[in-house]
Amino acid sequence: MPWILDNNLPIYTQVLERIEIRIISGEYKPGDKLPSVRELASEAGVNPNTMQKACTELERIGLVITQRTNGRSVTTDEELIRSCKDRLIRNRMQDFVIHMQALGCGKETVITLLQQEWEEN
Amino acid sequence: MGEALLEIQNLSKTYAKKTIALDHVDLTVGRGRIVGLLGPNGSGKTTLIKIINGLLQPSEGTVLIDGSAPSVTTKSFISYLPERTYLSPELKIKDMFYMFADFYADFSMTAAEQMLQGLQIDPEAVIKSLSKGTREKVQLILVMSRQAKLYVLDEPIAGVDPAARDYILKTILNNYNPEASIILSTHLISDVENILDDIIFIKYGKIVLQSSVDNIRAIHNESVDAYFREVFSC
Repeated sequence: MPWILDNNLPIYTQVLERIEIRIISGEYKPGDKLPSVRELASEAGVNPNTMQKACTELERIGLVITQRTNGRSVTTDEELIRSCKDRLIRNRMQDFVIHMQALGCGKETVITLLQQEWEEN
Repeated sequence: MGEALLEIQNLSKTYAKKTIALDHVDLTVGRGRIVGLLGPNGSGKTTLIKIINGLLQPSEGTVLIDGSAPSVTTKSFISYLPERTYLSPELKIKDMFYMFADFYADFSMTAAEQMLQGLQIDPEAVIKSLSKGTREKVQLILVMSRQAKLYVLDEPIAGVDPAARDYILKTILNNYNPEASIILSTHLISDVENILDDIIFIKYGKIVLQSSVDNIRAIHNESVDAYFREVFSC
């Protein structure tokens, strides 16, 4: 099954985030070899050039390191992985807060409901 | 190999001195690109494709594929899927494979057999016993099994079911060669837009837009499919 992507957002940013999440969540562990661009593109069902662009950006951020002869691997800099995780969590939180405010939901209510929801899941 | 794979300049085609199918088209396609040629019915997509393949003569302008005008030479490295299949009804699928292997030096029997197996089609089946959709799949397998420089696919997925579409798109990605390009025309934009680099909108024989998919999504905050409906709304 190709990855389910949002049709209204650029493919490149979505693909980038998917791989970031795999690294942050530990699915790809520090030092692990990353699948090839071709494999990732085929799994995602996206154009290899798009996947290439995403991998280049991951390199620029430093989450992924290229070894001349050995393809790409996940960084061993766990501090960097943690800071990326924080950034992503904060982004999601911001979205969440904006959505709740749009629904007219106050802080106290959100916290109570969140706690309930958290216990149930 | 920095130069473009396909270069079209000032290309026009007029039928019977009055119908203008292509109107001064300029177009460049680089290497390693997957390009969607999108436009409403009668916009000139198939005319353009036929000229690239040397099946129609332009009224004006030039077409160069890897530096050569459409000819026997270019046919050896362009793999073309026409809008209608041309399989011989009496032959078995595997006989069509042999015929392609005879015609085209770049045909890979292994690739063809693998794809046939992937779609669970029997190589011993006679063409005329196949459904319309299966015939289209076989035709596409033949075309994609060549190691060509340019693949020109006229409506490659129109007649096949969604599951087979996914398989076919995956096949296109897996056979992807960084030096080769694919031009495909289709109306099923939402099915293909994730695999496209660039899209070309064509309207009344003129190119109205050439852009990357992500560019359109970033600027307009909508899919190419939605944007197409906007640009070509009737």
